[in-house]
Amino acid sequence: MPYKIIGSQCTACSACEPECPNNAIREKDGTYIIKPEKCTECIGYFDDPQCVAVCPVENTCVVDSSVPRYQA
Amino acid sequence: MESNGYSDVVSQQASLDAAAPVDQTHKGCGAAGGSGRASCGSSMAPEDMAPGVWEKVKNHPCYSEEAHHHYARMHVAVAPACNIQCNYCNRKYDCANESRPGVVSERLTPEQAARKTLAVASAIPQMTVLGIAGPGDPLANPEKTFRTFELIAREAPDIKLCLSTNGLALPDYVDRIKDLNVDHVTITINMVDPEIGARIYPWIYYRHKRHTGRDAAQILHERQMQGLEMLTERGILCKVNSVMIPGINDRHLVEVNKAVKSRGAFLHNIMPLISAPEHGTVFGLSGQRGPSAQELKTLQDRCEGQMNMMRHCRQCRADAVGLLGEDRSSEFTTEKVMEMELTYDGAARRAYQTAVEGQRHEKAAAKEAELRDLDGRGGDIAILVAVATKGEGRVNEHFGHAKEFQVYEANAHGVKFVGHRRVDLYCQGGYGEEEALPTIIRALNDCAAVLVAKIGGCPRATLKEAGIEPVDACAYEFIDAAVLAYYKSYIDRIEKGEITHTHRGDAAIRQGAYVAA
Repeated sequence: MPYKIIGSQCTACSACEPECPNNAIREKDGTYIIKPEKCTECIGYFDDPQCVAVCPVENTCVVDSSVPRYQA
Repeated sequence: MESNGYSDVVSQQASLDAAAPVDQTHKGCGAAGGSGRASCGSSMAPEDMAPGVWEKVKNHPCYSEEAHHHYARMHVAVAPACNIQCNYCNRKYDCANESRPGVVSERLTPEQAARKTLAVASAIPQMTVLGIAGPGDPLANPEKTFRTFELIAREAPDIKLCLSTNGLALPDYVDRIKDLNVDHVTITINMVDPEIGARIYPWIYYRHKRHTGRDAAQILHERQMQGLEMLTERGILCKVNSVMIPGINDRHLVEVNKAVKSRGAFLHNIMPLISAPEHGTVFGLSGQRGPSAQELKTLQDRCEGQMNMMRHCRQCRADAVGLLGEDRSSEFTTEKVMEMELTYDGAARRAYQTAVEGQRHEKAAAKEAELRDLDGRGGDIAILVAVATKGEGRVNEHFGHAKEFQVYEANAHGVKFVGHRRVDLYCQGGYGEEEALPTIIRALNDCAAVLVAKIGGCPRATLKEAGIEPVDACAYEFIDAAVLAYYKSYIDRIEKGEITHTHRGDAAIRQGAYVAA
Protein backbone atom coordinates (compact mmCIF):
# COMPACT_ATOMS: atom_id res chain seq x y z
CA MET A 1 0.00 0.00 0.00
CA PRO A 2 1.45 3.33 -0.97
CA TYR A 3 1.32 6.44 1.16
CA LYS A 4 -1.01 9.37 0.59
CA ILE A 5 -1.10 12.92 1.93
CA ILE A 6 -4.24 14.17 3.63
CA GLY A 7 -4.65 17.44 1.77
CA SER A 8 -6.67 19.24 4.43
CA GLN A 9 -3.79 18.82 6.89
CA CYS A 10 -0.91 19.51 4.50
CA THR A 11 0.77 22.87 5.19
CA ALA A 12 2.50 22.74 1.79
CA CYS A 13 5.88 23.17 3.50
CA SER A 14 7.47 21.08 0.70
CA ALA A 15 9.75 19.16 3.11
CA CYS A 16 8.64 15.76 1.74
CA GLU A 17 9.18 16.52 -1.94
CA PRO A 18 13.00 16.34 -2.10
CA GLU A 19 13.18 13.47 0.43
CA CYS A 20 11.13 11.02 -1.67
CA PRO A 21 13.55 8.54 -3.30
CA ASN A 22 11.03 7.85 -6.07
CA ASN A 23 10.19 11.44 -7.04
CA ALA A 24 6.60 10.49 -6.35
CA ILE A 25 5.64 13.75 -4.62
CA ARG A 26 4.64 17.01 -6.27
CA GLU A 27 2.60 20.11 -5.56
CA LYS A 28 -0.97 20.25 -6.78
CA ASP A 29 -3.52 22.95 -6.01
CA GLY A 30 -1.75 24.35 -2.97
CA THR A 31 -0.90 21.06 -1.24
CA TYR A 32 1.34 18.12 -2.02
CA ILE A 33 0.27 14.75 -3.44
CA ILE A 34 1.92 11.33 -3.77
CA LYS A 35 1.61 9.49 -7.07
CA PRO A 36 0.52 6.02 -5.86
CA GLU A 37 2.07 4.09 -8.75
CA LYS A 38 5.49 5.59 -7.97
CA CYS A 39 5.43 5.12 -4.16
CA THR A 40 7.42 2.15 -2.85
CA GLU A 41 6.93 2.97 0.87
CA CYS A 42 10.68 3.62 0.71
CA ILE A 43 11.26 -0.14 0.78
CA GLY A 44 14.78 -0.82 -0.46
CA TYR A 45 15.87 2.76 0.22
CA PHE A 46 15.30 3.60 3.88
CA ASP A 47 14.06 2.02 7.09
CA ASP A 48 11.19 4.48 7.38
CA PRO A 49 8.98 6.16 4.79
CA GLN A 50 10.66 9.53 4.36
CA CYS A 51 7.49 11.59 3.88
CA VAL A 52 6.20 10.36 7.25
CA ALA A 53 9.55 11.00 8.96
CA VAL A 54 9.87 14.61 7.78
CA CYS A 55 6.22 15.76 7.80
CA PRO A 56 5.58 18.37 10.53
CA VAL A 57 1.90 17.48 10.94
CA GLU A 58 1.27 14.11 12.61
CA ASN A 59 -0.90 11.58 10.72
CA THR A 60 -0.82 13.54 7.48
CA CYS A 61 1.27 11.12 5.39
CA VAL A 62 -0.66 7.87 5.88
CA VAL A 63 -1.04 4.48 4.23
CA ASP A 64 -3.56 4.52 1.38
CA SER A 65 -5.38 1.21 1.91
CA SER A 66 -7.43 1.65 -1.25
CA VAL A 67 -4.38 0.82 -3.36
CA PRO A 68 -2.68 -2.62 -3.34
CA ARG A 69 0.53 -3.03 -1.41
CA TYR A 70 3.83 -2.37 -3.18
CA GLN A 71 5.62 -5.56 -4.27
CA ALA A 72 9.37 -5.25 -3.89
CA MET B 1 30.32 18.71 27.72
CA GLU B 2 33.29 16.36 27.96
CA SER B 3 31.07 13.37 27.23
CA ASN B 4 29.79 15.03 24.07
CA GLY B 5 33.07 14.95 22.22
CA TYR B 6 34.04 18.48 23.14
CA SER B 7 36.72 17.63 25.67
CA ASP B 8 39.16 19.76 23.74
CA VAL B 9 37.06 22.82 24.40
CA VAL B 10 39.43 24.17 27.05
CA SER B 11 42.41 24.22 24.74
CA GLN B 12 40.27 25.69 21.98
CA GLN B 13 38.98 28.38 24.22
CA ALA B 14 42.26 30.24 24.40
CA SER B 15 42.55 30.64 20.65
CA LEU B 16 38.86 31.40 20.21
CA ASP B 17 38.95 34.05 22.89
CA ALA B 18 41.90 35.67 21.20
CA ALA B 19 39.89 35.90 17.99
CA ALA B 20 36.60 36.80 19.63
CA PRO B 21 35.57 40.42 19.26
CA VAL B 22 34.44 40.78 22.87
CA ASP B 23 36.88 41.53 25.63
CA GLN B 24 36.76 39.02 28.49
CA THR B 25 36.78 41.85 31.02
CA HIS B 26 33.73 43.47 29.44
CA LYS B 27 31.16 43.96 32.15
CA GLY B 28 28.28 45.29 30.13
CA CYS B 29 27.02 48.58 28.88
CA GLY B 30 28.05 51.01 31.54
CA ALA B 31 26.27 48.98 34.19
CA ALA B 32 29.46 48.29 36.09
CA GLY B 33 32.08 49.86 33.87
CA GLY B 34 33.29 53.43 34.07
CA SER B 35 31.75 56.26 32.12
CA GLY B 36 32.37 56.20 28.41
CA ARG B 37 32.54 52.43 28.52
CA ALA B 38 29.12 52.08 27.01
CA SER B 39 28.94 49.12 24.68
CA CYS B 40 26.43 47.00 22.78
CA GLY B 41 26.40 49.60 20.05
CA SER B 42 24.94 52.24 22.34
CA SER B 43 27.62 54.68 21.21
CA MET B 44 29.09 54.75 17.72
CA ALA B 45 31.75 52.03 17.59
CA PRO B 46 31.83 50.21 20.91
CA GLU B 47 35.25 50.59 22.47
CA ASP B 48 35.72 46.86 22.95
CA MET B 49 34.80 45.91 19.38
CA ALA B 50 37.49 45.26 16.79
CA PRO B 51 37.29 47.82 13.94
CA GLY B 52 36.85 45.06 11.35
CA VAL B 53 33.86 43.68 13.22
CA TRP B 54 32.28 47.12 13.63
CA GLU B 55 32.68 47.67 9.89
CA LYS B 56 30.69 44.47 9.30
CA VAL B 57 27.87 45.19 11.75
CA LYS B 58 27.50 48.97 11.79
CA ASN B 59 24.74 49.04 9.16
CA HIS B 60 23.13 45.77 10.25
CA PRO B 61 20.01 46.44 12.32
CA CYS B 62 20.00 42.98 13.91
CA TYR B 63 23.69 42.91 14.82
CA SER B 64 24.00 46.47 16.13
CA GLU B 65 21.49 48.11 18.46
CA GLU B 66 22.76 51.49 17.33
CA ALA B 67 22.17 50.59 13.67
CA HIS B 68 18.61 49.47 14.27
CA HIS B 69 17.42 53.06 14.68
CA HIS B 70 18.64 53.91 11.18
CA TYR B 71 18.70 50.82 9.02
CA ALA B 72 16.03 48.39 7.90
CA ARG B 73 16.03 44.71 7.04
CA MET B 74 13.84 42.42 5.06
CA HIS B 75 13.19 38.71 5.13
CA VAL B 76 12.12 36.74 2.09
CA ALA B 77 10.06 33.64 2.77
CA VAL B 78 11.61 31.19 0.34
CA ALA B 79 12.27 28.36 2.82
CA PRO B 80 9.06 26.63 3.95
CA ALA B 81 10.48 23.22 4.90
CA CYS B 82 11.91 22.46 8.32
CA ASN B 83 13.98 19.59 9.65
CA ILE B 84 13.09 19.79 13.33
CA GLN B 85 10.00 20.31 15.45
CA CYS B 86 10.06 22.84 18.29
CA ASN B 87 7.43 23.00 21.01
CA TYR B 88 7.17 26.78 20.62
CA CYS B 89 6.51 26.72 16.89
CA ASN B 90 3.38 26.09 14.87
CA ARG B 91 3.52 27.20 11.29
CA LYS B 92 -0.04 26.27 10.38
CA TYR B 93 -1.40 29.44 11.92
CA ASP B 94 -1.09 32.52 9.73
CA CYS B 95 -2.68 35.85 10.44
CA ALA B 96 -1.64 39.18 8.94
CA ASN B 97 -1.69 40.85 12.35
CA GLU B 98 0.48 38.16 13.82
CA SER B 99 4.11 39.02 14.37
CA ARG B 100 6.35 36.18 15.36
CA PRO B 101 8.91 33.90 13.73
CA GLY B 102 7.65 31.13 11.48
CA VAL B 103 4.68 33.14 10.25
CA VAL B 104 4.36 34.44 6.69
CA SER B 105 1.55 35.61 4.43
CA GLU B 106 2.92 34.20 1.19
CA ARG B 107 5.82 32.04 0.09
CA LEU B 108 8.12 33.14 -2.67
CA THR B 109 10.20 31.48 -5.33
CA PRO B 110 13.85 32.63 -5.46
CA GLU B 111 13.03 34.71 -8.55
CA GLN B 112 10.08 36.40 -6.82
CA ALA B 113 12.23 36.98 -3.76
CA ALA B 114 14.97 38.67 -5.78
CA ARG B 115 12.46 40.95 -7.44
CA LYS B 116 10.88 41.81 -4.11
CA THR B 117 14.31 42.62 -2.67
CA LEU B 118 15.05 45.03 -5.52
CA ALA B 119 11.62 46.63 -5.11
CA VAL B 120 12.17 47.20 -1.40
CA ALA B 121 15.75 48.40 -1.91
CA SER B 122 14.50 50.93 -4.49
CA ALA B 123 11.73 52.22 -2.22
CA ILE B 124 13.55 52.09 1.15
CA PRO B 125 17.17 53.31 0.88
CA GLN B 126 17.85 52.39 4.52
CA MET B 127 17.21 48.70 3.73
CA THR B 128 20.71 47.25 3.98
CA VAL B 129 20.12 43.63 4.97
CA LEU B 130 18.40 40.71 3.29
CA GLY B 131 17.80 37.73 5.52
CA ILE B 132 16.33 34.29 4.98
CA ALA B 133 14.73 33.07 8.15
CA GLY B 134 12.14 30.59 7.05
CA PRO B 135 9.28 30.21 7.60
CA GLY B 136 10.96 26.80 8.01
CA ASP B 137 14.74 26.43 8.18
CA PRO B 138 16.78 28.01 5.34
CA LEU B 139 19.23 25.10 5.34
CA ALA B 140 16.43 22.55 5.07
CA ASN B 141 15.72 24.29 1.74
CA PRO B 142 19.31 24.75 0.56
CA GLU B 143 18.65 25.09 -3.16
CA LYS B 144 15.96 27.76 -2.76
CA THR B 145 17.99 29.63 -0.15
CA PHE B 146 21.28 29.71 -2.03
CA ARG B 147 19.64 30.42 -5.39
CA THR B 148 17.99 33.48 -3.79
CA PHE B 149 21.32 34.71 -2.43
CA GLU B 150 22.98 34.23 -5.82
CA LEU B 151 20.31 36.24 -7.64
CA ILE B 152 20.42 39.10 -5.14
CA ALA B 153 24.23 39.25 -5.00
CA ARG B 154 24.23 39.65 -8.77
CA GLU B 155 21.61 42.44 -8.91
CA ALA B 156 22.30 44.34 -5.68
CA PRO B 157 25.83 43.60 -4.47
CA ASP B 158 25.71 46.22 -1.69
CA ILE B 159 23.00 44.37 0.23
CA LYS B 160 24.27 42.26 3.11
CA LEU B 161 23.08 38.68 3.14
CA CYS B 162 22.29 36.73 6.27
CA LEU B 163 20.42 33.64 7.35
CA SER B 164 18.99 32.18 10.49
CA THR B 165 19.05 28.44 11.18
CA ASN B 166 18.45 25.83 13.86
CA GLY B 167 21.94 24.54 13.06
CA LEU B 168 21.09 20.91 12.33
CA ALA B 169 22.20 21.10 8.68
CA LEU B 170 24.72 23.91 9.22
CA PRO B 171 28.00 21.92 9.13
CA ASP B 172 27.05 20.62 5.66
CA TYR B 173 26.67 24.14 4.24
CA VAL B 174 29.25 26.35 5.98
CA ASP B 175 31.55 26.38 2.96
CA ARG B 176 28.73 27.28 0.60
CA ILE B 177 27.71 30.06 2.99
CA LYS B 178 31.29 31.35 2.94
CA ASP B 179 31.51 31.16 -0.86
CA LEU B 180 28.37 33.29 -1.21
CA ASN B 181 29.75 36.00 1.10
CA VAL B 182 27.00 35.49 3.65
CA ASP B 183 28.84 36.96 6.59
CA HIS B 184 26.12 36.96 9.25
CA VAL B 185 24.59 33.71 10.46
CA THR B 186 22.21 33.28 13.38
CA ILE B 187 21.82 29.91 15.11
CA THR B 188 18.96 29.30 17.51
CA ILE B 189 20.47 27.41 20.44
CA ASN B 190 18.18 26.74 23.39
CA MET B 191 20.25 24.17 25.27
CA VAL B 192 23.60 22.46 25.63
CA ASP B 193 22.11 19.63 27.72
CA PRO B 194 20.13 16.99 25.78
CA GLU B 195 17.92 16.30 28.82
CA ILE B 196 16.69 19.89 28.59
CA GLY B 197 16.61 19.69 24.80
CA ALA B 198 14.23 16.73 24.96
CA ARG B 199 11.67 19.01 26.63
CA ILE B 200 11.94 21.58 23.82
CA TYR B 201 12.32 19.46 20.67
CA PRO B 202 9.99 16.48 20.20
CA TRP B 203 11.87 15.29 17.11
CA ILE B 204 14.46 16.04 14.44
CA TYR B 205 14.84 14.66 10.90
CA TYR B 206 18.46 13.82 10.29
CA ARG B 207 20.16 11.62 7.68
CA HIS B 208 16.87 10.12 6.50
CA LYS B 209 15.62 9.24 9.97
CA ARG B 210 13.34 10.78 12.54
CA HIS B 211 15.01 10.93 15.96
CA THR B 212 13.09 11.66 19.15
CA GLY B 213 13.78 12.43 22.80
CA ARG B 214 17.28 12.72 24.21
CA ASP B 215 18.79 11.16 21.10
CA ALA B 216 17.34 13.96 18.92
CA ALA B 217 18.54 16.70 21.26
CA GLN B 218 22.02 15.18 21.48
CA ILE B 219 22.43 15.16 17.69
CA LEU B 220 21.06 18.69 17.39
CA HIS B 221 23.40 19.94 20.12
CA GLU B 222 26.49 18.40 18.53
CA ARG B 223 25.62 19.77 15.10
CA GLN B 224 24.96 23.25 16.51
CA MET B 225 28.32 23.38 18.31
CA GLN B 226 30.15 22.03 15.27
CA GLY B 227 28.45 24.52 12.98
CA LEU B 228 29.27 27.44 15.27
CA GLU B 229 32.93 26.40 15.48
CA MET B 230 33.13 26.09 11.69
CA LEU B 231 31.64 29.58 11.22
CA THR B 232 34.13 31.04 13.69
CA GLU B 233 37.05 29.35 11.94
CA ARG B 234 36.01 30.97 8.67
CA GLY B 235 35.52 34.43 10.14
CA ILE B 236 31.73 34.47 9.63
CA LEU B 237 30.01 36.49 12.34
CA CYS B 238 27.62 34.38 14.32
CA LYS B 239 24.76 35.53 16.53
CA VAL B 240 23.07 33.01 18.82
CA ASN B 241 19.34 33.27 19.50
CA SER B 242 17.85 31.55 22.56
CA VAL B 243 14.23 31.30 23.58
CA MET B 244 13.80 31.80 27.33
CA ILE B 245 11.33 29.19 28.60
CA PRO B 246 10.72 29.63 32.35
CA GLY B 247 11.12 26.39 34.28
CA ILE B 248 12.75 24.59 31.33
CA ASN B 249 15.86 26.44 30.17
CA ASP B 250 15.81 29.83 31.93
CA ARG B 251 18.64 29.07 34.36
CA HIS B 252 20.37 26.83 31.83
CA LEU B 253 20.78 29.70 29.35
CA VAL B 254 23.70 30.98 31.43
CA GLU B 255 25.48 27.70 30.51
CA VAL B 256 24.43 28.11 26.88
CA ASN B 257 25.86 31.62 26.95
CA LYS B 258 29.24 30.34 28.17
CA ALA B 259 29.29 27.51 25.63
CA VAL B 260 28.57 29.73 22.64
CA LYS B 261 30.92 32.48 23.72
CA SER B 262 33.76 29.99 24.11
CA ARG B 263 33.15 28.88 20.52
CA GLY B 264 33.34 32.41 19.16
CA ALA B 265 29.72 33.61 18.94
CA PHE B 266 29.66 37.37 18.59
CA LEU B 267 26.29 38.28 20.06
CA HIS B 268 23.69 36.49 22.21
CA ASN B 269 20.00 37.26 21.80
CA ILE B 270 17.82 35.86 24.58
CA MET B 271 14.18 36.24 23.59
CA PRO B 272 11.02 35.68 25.62
CA LEU B 273 8.93 32.61 24.79
CA ILE B 274 5.79 33.51 22.84
CA SER B 275 3.11 31.02 23.88
CA ALA B 276 -0.41 32.36 23.49
CA PRO B 277 -2.84 29.41 23.39
CA GLU B 278 -4.39 30.63 20.11
CA HIS B 279 -1.08 29.99 18.32
CA GLY B 280 -1.68 26.26 18.81
CA THR B 281 1.90 25.46 19.79
CA VAL B 282 2.65 22.65 22.25
CA PHE B 283 3.76 25.22 24.85
CA GLY B 284 0.76 27.45 24.11
CA LEU B 285 -1.66 24.57 24.64
CA SER B 286 0.11 23.20 27.73
CA GLY B 287 -0.04 26.57 29.50
CA GLN B 288 3.74 27.06 29.53
CA ARG B 289 4.18 30.74 30.37
CA GLY B 290 6.70 33.19 28.97
CA PRO B 291 8.96 35.32 31.19
CA SER B 292 8.09 38.75 32.61
CA ALA B 293 10.04 41.80 31.47
CA GLN B 294 12.19 41.83 34.59
CA GLU B 295 12.84 38.06 34.49
CA LEU B 296 14.13 38.49 30.94
CA LYS B 297 16.23 41.53 31.81
CA THR B 298 17.75 39.84 34.88
CA LEU B 299 18.90 36.88 32.75
CA GLN B 300 20.24 39.17 30.01
CA ASP B 301 22.11 41.22 32.63
CA ARG B 302 23.59 38.03 34.11
CA CYS B 303 24.91 36.92 30.73
CA GLU B 304 26.21 40.36 29.83
CA GLY B 305 29.45 39.90 31.73
CA GLN B 306 30.18 37.06 29.30
CA MET B 307 29.47 38.65 25.92
CA ASN B 308 27.42 41.29 24.14
CA MET B 309 23.70 40.78 24.52
CA MET B 310 21.13 41.70 21.91
CA ARG B 311 18.04 43.23 23.46
CA HIS B 312 16.45 44.90 20.48
CA CYS B 313 15.15 41.77 18.71
CA ARG B 314 11.48 42.10 17.74
CA GLN B 315 11.02 38.37 17.02
CA CYS B 316 9.83 39.32 13.57
CA ARG B 317 7.99 37.39 10.91
CA ALA B 318 9.87 35.45 8.25
CA ASP B 319 8.60 37.98 5.68
CA ALA B 320 9.07 41.22 7.64
CA VAL B 321 10.08 44.42 5.81
CA GLY B 322 11.28 47.69 7.31
CA LEU B 323 12.90 48.98 10.47
CA LEU B 324 12.79 46.52 13.35
CA GLY B 325 9.51 47.19 15.11
CA GLU B 326 7.72 48.25 11.95
CA ASP B 327 6.38 45.97 9.27
CA ARG B 328 5.83 47.23 5.75
CA SER B 329 5.45 43.79 4.15
CA SER B 330 1.89 44.56 3.03
CA GLU B 331 3.28 47.26 0.70
CA PHE B 332 5.36 44.64 -1.07
CA THR B 333 3.11 41.69 -1.82
CA THR B 334 4.07 39.66 -4.89
CA GLU B 335 1.15 41.15 -6.76
CA LYS B 336 2.29 44.71 -6.05
CA VAL B 337 5.96 43.93 -6.64
CA MET B 338 5.24 42.47 -10.07
CA GLU B 339 3.51 45.71 -11.10
CA MET B 340 6.27 48.01 -9.80
CA GLU B 341 8.75 49.62 -12.12
CA LEU B 342 12.12 48.88 -10.60
CA THR B 343 14.95 51.36 -10.68
CA TYR B 344 17.75 50.14 -8.50
CA ASP B 345 19.75 53.29 -7.80
CA GLY B 346 22.93 52.44 -5.94
CA ALA B 347 24.08 56.10 -5.90
CA ALA B 348 20.89 57.29 -4.17
CA ARG B 349 21.26 54.52 -1.59
CA ARG B 350 24.85 55.54 -0.88
CA ALA B 351 23.86 59.22 -0.57
CA TYR B 352 21.18 58.34 1.96
CA GLN B 353 23.60 56.22 3.94
CA THR B 354 26.16 59.02 4.02
CA ALA B 355 23.51 61.36 5.45
CA VAL B 356 22.74 58.77 8.13
CA GLU B 357 26.42 58.62 9.06
CA GLY B 358 26.33 62.37 9.74
CA GLN B 359 23.29 61.94 12.00
CA ARG B 360 24.98 59.13 13.89
CA HIS B 361 27.98 61.33 14.65
CA GLU B 362 25.70 64.13 15.84
CA LYS B 363 23.87 61.67 18.06
CA ALA B 364 27.09 60.36 19.62
CA ALA B 365 28.29 63.94 20.26
CA ALA B 366 24.98 64.89 21.95
CA LYS B 367 25.28 61.87 24.25
CA GLU B 368 28.89 62.66 25.15
CA ALA B 369 27.88 66.24 26.02
CA GLU B 370 25.10 65.01 28.36
CA LEU B 371 27.47 62.51 29.98
CA ARG B 372 29.99 65.26 30.70
CA ASP B 373 27.19 67.39 32.12
CA LEU B 374 26.02 64.54 34.38
CA ASP B 375 29.59 64.14 35.61
CA GLY B 376 29.01 60.83 37.38
CA ARG B 377 26.24 62.11 39.67
CA GLY B 378 23.49 59.75 40.80
CA GLY B 379 25.36 57.25 42.94
CA ASP B 380 23.73 53.80 42.79
CA ILE B 381 20.44 54.99 41.39
CA ALA B 382 19.40 53.31 38.14
CA ILE B 383 16.08 53.95 36.42
CA LEU B 384 14.29 52.66 33.35
CA VAL B 385 12.88 55.19 30.89
CA ALA B 386 10.47 54.31 28.07
CA VAL B 387 10.73 56.15 24.75
CA ALA B 388 8.29 56.56 21.84
CA THR B 389 10.30 56.61 18.61
CA LYS B 390 9.77 55.86 14.96
CA GLY B 391 13.46 55.76 14.03
CA GLU B 392 16.56 57.90 13.49
CA GLY B 393 17.42 57.50 17.18
CA ARG B 394 15.10 60.35 18.17
CA VAL B 395 12.14 60.85 20.54
CA ASN B 396 9.81 61.44 17.64
CA GLU B 397 6.61 59.43 18.10
CA HIS B 398 3.35 60.53 19.71
CA PHE B 399 2.28 58.51 22.74
CA GLY B 400 -0.98 57.54 21.05
CA HIS B 401 0.68 56.37 17.84
CA ALA B 402 3.29 54.12 19.43
CA LYS B 403 3.00 50.41 18.70
CA GLU B 404 5.97 49.81 20.95
CA PHE B 405 8.10 51.67 23.45
CA GLN B 406 11.86 51.31 23.66
CA VAL B 407 13.24 50.99 27.19
CA TYR B 408 16.54 52.52 28.30
CA GLU B 409 18.38 52.11 31.56
CA ALA B 410 20.15 55.20 32.89
CA ASN B 411 22.61 55.37 35.76
CA ALA B 412 25.48 57.57 36.90
CA HIS B 413 27.76 56.07 34.25
CA GLY B 414 25.59 56.28 31.17
CA VAL B 415 22.61 55.02 29.28
CA LYS B 416 21.90 51.77 27.48
CA PHE B 417 19.07 50.21 25.54
CA VAL B 418 17.63 47.32 27.56
CA GLY B 419 14.50 46.29 25.70
CA HIS B 420 11.25 47.19 24.05
CA ARG B 421 7.60 46.66 24.89
CA ARG B 422 4.90 46.05 22.32
CA VAL B 423 1.58 47.68 23.10
CA ASP B 424 -1.82 48.20 21.54
CA LEU B 425 -2.25 51.56 19.85
CA TYR B 426 -3.75 54.09 22.24
CA CYS B 427 -4.95 56.53 19.59
CA GLN B 428 -7.38 55.21 16.96
CA GLY B 429 -8.60 57.66 14.37
CA GLY B 430 -8.00 60.63 16.64
CA TYR B 431 -9.73 59.20 19.71
CA GLY B 432 -8.10 57.72 22.79
CA GLU B 433 -8.74 54.00 23.23
CA GLU B 434 -9.36 53.74 26.95
CA GLU B 435 -9.14 49.94 26.97
CA ALA B 436 -5.58 50.09 25.62
CA LEU B 437 -4.27 52.33 28.40
CA PRO B 438 -4.13 49.73 31.22
CA THR B 439 -2.18 47.32 28.97
CA ILE B 440 0.28 50.11 28.10
CA ILE B 441 0.75 50.88 31.79
CA ARG B 442 1.33 47.17 32.56
CA ALA B 443 3.95 47.07 29.80
CA LEU B 444 5.74 50.16 31.16
CA ASN B 445 5.20 49.48 34.85
CA ASP B 446 8.93 49.19 35.62
CA CYS B 447 9.71 52.59 34.02
CA ALA B 448 10.02 55.90 35.87
CA ALA B 449 9.08 57.99 32.85
CA VAL B 450 7.97 57.82 29.23
CA LEU B 451 9.53 60.27 26.76
CA VAL B 452 7.26 61.20 23.85
CA ALA B 453 6.97 63.75 21.05
CA LYS B 454 3.46 64.60 22.19
CA ILE B 455 0.79 63.27 24.57
CA GLY B 456 -2.85 64.11 25.32
CA GLY B 457 -4.21 65.29 28.66
CA CYS B 458 -6.08 62.12 29.59
CA PRO B 459 -3.30 59.53 29.20
CA ARG B 460 -0.93 62.03 30.81
CA ALA B 461 -3.02 62.08 34.01
CA THR B 462 -3.45 58.28 34.08
CA LEU B 463 0.27 57.67 33.60
CA LYS B 464 1.08 60.09 36.44
CA GLU B 465 -1.34 58.26 38.74
CA ALA B 466 0.48 55.02 37.91
CA GLY B 467 3.79 56.66 38.85
CA ILE B 468 5.12 56.91 35.29
CA GLU B 469 6.10 60.49 34.45
CA PRO B 470 5.07 61.56 30.92
CA VAL B 471 7.71 63.86 29.38
CA ASP B 472 7.33 65.78 26.11
CA ALA B 473 9.99 68.42 26.83
CA CYS B 474 12.61 66.54 24.78
CA ALA B 475 10.50 66.03 21.66
CA TYR B 476 12.57 65.24 18.55
CA GLU B 477 15.86 65.15 20.47
CA PHE B 478 18.26 62.20 20.28
CA ILE B 479 17.16 59.38 22.60
CA ASP B 480 20.42 58.75 24.49
CA ALA B 481 20.91 62.45 25.24
CA ALA B 482 17.23 62.90 26.19
CA VAL B 483 17.29 59.93 28.59
CA LEU B 484 20.49 61.22 30.22
CA ALA B 485 18.97 64.68 30.54
CA TYR B 486 15.91 63.15 32.21
CA TYR B 487 18.14 61.14 34.54
CA LYS B 488 20.00 64.31 35.51
CA SER B 489 16.73 66.13 36.30
CA TYR B 490 15.59 63.07 38.29
CA ILE B 491 18.77 63.19 40.39
CA ASP B 492 18.45 66.99 40.77
CA ARG B 493 14.93 66.62 42.12
CA ILE B 494 15.99 63.88 44.54
CA GLU B 495 18.81 66.09 45.83
CA LYS B 496 16.34 68.96 46.32
CA GLY B 497 13.98 66.62 48.19
CA GLU B 498 11.19 67.06 45.62
CA ILE B 499 10.86 63.35 44.86
CA THR B 500 12.04 60.08 46.36
CA HIS B 501 13.52 57.23 44.35
CA THR B 502 11.45 54.03 44.54
CA HIS B 503 11.89 50.62 42.98
CA ARG B 504 9.34 50.31 40.18
CA GLY B 505 8.70 46.54 40.14
CA ASP B 506 8.00 44.32 37.12
CA ALA B 507 6.24 44.69 33.76
CA ALA B 508 4.39 42.41 31.35
CA ILE B 509 5.64 41.23 27.95
CA ARG B 510 2.85 41.51 25.41
CA GLN B 511 1.73 38.16 23.98
CA GLY B 512 -0.31 37.40 20.94
CA ALA B 513 -1.38 39.35 17.89
CA TYR B 514 -1.91 43.07 17.71
CA VAL B 515 -5.61 43.72 18.01
CA ALA B 516 -4.98 47.13 16.50
CA ALA B 517 -2.52 46.87 13.65
